[in-house]
Amino acid sequence: MITFHKIGPYILRKFEKHQFIFIMPTYSLNINNKNYQVEADAGTTVLWILREHLGLMGTKYGCGIAQCGSCTIHVNGNPVRACVLPIEGLANGQKIVTIEGLSTDQDHPIIKAWEKVQVPQCGYCQSGQIMQAAALLAQNNSPTREEIIQSMNGNLCRCGTYMRIMEAIQIAAGQPTSVKSDE
Amino acid sequence: MSKSNINKATLKRRDFLKAGTGITLFIGAGGLIPALTSCSEAGAMDFPIEPLNVTAWVKLDSDGTITICNPAAEMGQGSMTSLPMIFAEEMDADWDKVKVEFSAQEPAIFGSEGWGNRKIMLTAGSRTINGYFNVLRKAGAQARYILMHSVAEKWGVPINQVDTKAGQVIHKLSNRVIYYGEIIPFLKVPDNLPEFSEKELKSPQDFRLIGKDFPRTDIPDKLNGAAQFAIDIRLPNMVYGVIERGRIHGARPTLNNETALRALPGVIDLVVLEYGVGIISTSLEQGLAAKKSLNISWSDSEASGFNSEEAYTTYEQVAAEGGQGRVVTNIGDFKSAQDQATKIYSADYKNDYVYHAQMEPLNSIVQVAADGSSAEVWVGSQQGFTPKFGVPQVLGIEPRNVKIHMQYLGGGLGRRSMTDFITECALLAKKVAPRPVKLIWTREDDLTYGAYRPMSLQRLIATTDSSGKLTGLSHTVIGDGDNLVASGIKNEFYDIPNQSAQIKTVKHGIRLKHWRAVGHGPNKFAIESLLDDIAYDQNKDPVEFRRILMQHSPRALATLEKAAEMAKWNKPTNPGRAKGVAFLERSGTLSTGICEISIDERTGKIRVHHFWTANDAGIVIHPDNVKAQLEGGIIMGMSSVLMESLTINNGAVQQSNFLDYPILRIEDIPESIETAIIKSTGHPQGVGESGTPLVAGAIANAFLKLTGKRIRHLPFTPKRVLKVLNG
Repeated sequence: MITFHKIGPYILRKFEKHQFIFIMPTYSLNINNKNYQVEADAGTTVLWILREHLGLMGTKYGCGIAQCGSCTIHVNGNPVRACVLPIEGLANGQKIVTIEGLSTDQDHPIIKAWEKVQVPQCGYCQSGQIMQAAALLAQNNSPTREEIIQSMNGNLCRCGTYMRIMEAIQIAAGQPTSVKSDE
Repeated sequence: MSKSNINKATLKRRDFLKAGTGITLFIGAGGLIPALTSCSEAGAMDFPIEPLNVTAWVKLDSDGTITICNPAAEMGQGSMTSLPMIFAEEMDADWDKVKVEFSAQEPAIFGSEGWGNRKIMLTAGSRTINGYFNVLRKAGAQARYILMHSVAEKWGVPINQVDTKAGQVIHKLSNRVIYYGEIIPFLKVPDNLPEFSEKELKSPQDFRLIGKDFPRTDIPDKLNGAAQFAIDIRLPNMVYGVIERGRIHGARPTLNNETALRALPGVIDLVVLEYGVGIISTSLEQGLAAKKSLNISWSDSEASGFNSEEAYTTYEQVAAEGGQGRVVTNIGDFKSAQDQATKIYSADYKNDYVYHAQMEPLNSIVQVAADGSSAEVWVGSQQGFTPKFGVPQVLGIEPRNVKIHMQYLGGGLGRRSMTDFITECALLAKKVAPRPVKLIWTREDDLTYGAYRPMSLQRLIATTDSSGKLTGLSHTVIGDGDNLVASGIKNEFYDIPNQSAQIKTVKHGIRLKHWRAVGHGPNKFAIESLLDDIAYDQNKDPVEFRRILMQHSPRALATLEKAAEMAKWNKPTNPGRAKGVAFLERSGTLSTGICEISIDERTGKIRVHHFWTANDAGIVIHPDNVKAQLEGGIIMGMSSVLMESLTINNGAVQQSNFLDYPILRIEDIPESIETAIIKSTGHPQGVGESGTPLVAGAIANAFLKLTGKRIRHLPFTPKRVLKVLNG
């Protein structure tokens, strides 16, 4: 006799005594223009799928509650926090872009500006910062300081690279920078 | 090293030369030990060496690539660029050919000189450049000597006729030039490798690399997701570890639902630790789901019943009780200064606990061999005093059987100089050996089981004579953590003839640790605030007041003058704004900071508009990186001063994530941070922490100037500001 148990997101089929088969659903994802099939429990966040299932490690875990922005990815061009996004919400053909897919040859204006200004310190939050900034510029190619603040405010940086983030976005947008440095 | 060892090593070298094109030069006091090995495999060398004689190493490839090993952690402070620059300068390497790798964790070989007589690998206290400067210069000079020696012998010319120039050995008399990479086939180990004294090294005016703003070597990979942090490691057959720790530090767990937990999907094993329950699972999401299902009873601990808000009352009582604490400073005779004083100033300053909040939550990966005799560790660590981060100890094996794979740190800030997140992973990995375990702390774990900068109370008493001159300063710190609350209590650059400082310890059982700039944050806040209080009372300008105090400290004074000039201190400030100044020494660097603030009197929110800072840090290796450290340090300082507070109620940490423990966001950055570096040929000092403790005093002093009121409890939250304004 076969018995099924539903425990949280899992469907368990009792196989033999003390033996279970976990039946996991399979999802199709389009990430960086590549199709992936992922077997995972429903409810698993896209962050863990990207990182631990697919090995796309550029998207970082920072808080798990969409408060730090380290896991920012693009879904159909919009910046989204992967840490609160369950996989089943993303398996309908949406185009996902991660930091690995933002630019194949490092020539994205945000990446170039980040390099010019030497933004990163520890670097951990920077994938999220860059993805957020790239989405901002894609939607608004000449953001004001206020608009930059509004867009970037959900991305934390504990090293305190915000001054250079501001400067880099202004450079990428072809604006005069408001950050001064003196020797 | 004995002669026979050198010979043996030389023989080995010839064997290696047959085997490949690259060689590694181990450059030491007694000789050169080449081997075909990567930077991280120094421990795996198969011939006897005397590691105490070895000070640094470099790999040279036939294409000219020079791989320099970085013995320090890279946690954002730029060690991956600045340390190899020092080595390459003396080796006279072509910087375009330099690659950098992390060194092995072998303190006997790669330890710093920055920790007294102990040779250890520890990236803390802003001592990396300071501690490695001469080590790397001498090693670089030896590498250069070996190359020159080999060429001289090959060309049959005396070594004093050859020289080097940016990656080439040259012989001017015969107009011959050879690139470093071309020397490999006839690289000759001198039987006696000279030790170079500081006098024989380059003098600062000859520096070709030091002082230049090369792009940081770690940045390209930090722009495309390729930079690898420990949390990014994935190994074959890897499983996951999560641990539930108590909200009351030190509480011991009793697991009430082991059977149910073991039946949960993906759960492989459970490990009950002294302070938590670990779950090993097939996937991370399964482990995290199981963690939520844990039913644990927690014992009482030393922290049980503790309320941090109430502790200040206890601290005030302890301060009032009199009696001697641990004396930290005793200069002149404060008591007699007090007896002879014309006026006595006294004030209490307070600071709440603050949390590190490094962006990469703690994690590590450990794989223990099936027979338990060896282990491998992947981790981002600030390193420390314990061999191989304590892993050999918990596994009961020899340090040489533990191999460390150092990764980038997603922030250290002091937290990653602890080893708790590594040793506990080793215990989990032992249970499922030989499967590697990746242990991840959630942000909530990281915050609630953190190790904080201690809360404390500073009671300051200052005395002045009839001319208004500051004659004495007494500083008593009440709190837990001893040295953690003591740093920054000394005033070596102010002319105050009578000074006493002491620590009175009150223990609470809350986990504590160095937090960027350690005690300097609270202590410099108190000292710099009191100075402005006195100046205010005497109707003196705060910069002028400090100018007199610094009259015998020209280096300190130079930073004050420079910062005042940058901030246009003598010019009127915009209406509704005020400037405040603070000075300090941290890790050998002298810094003056000036900020300009305004206050929203309706909400109580302080806004910092500008920050200027002038610094004497000795020789600066990489100026832009120094600026970046100061900028970041000031931003982190603003964060801690304006909003960060961790509280304990009934023993339990009250905050859990960035929702209830906010840190500074981009909306609160100043319009500008301007930094100046004062030219110096002094030994390089640390700058990683200097910016952070400048902020509290500068803001509090601007607050006093703007409102005539004193704000004396960190952080200056809107609620506290309103209380002061309306009080």
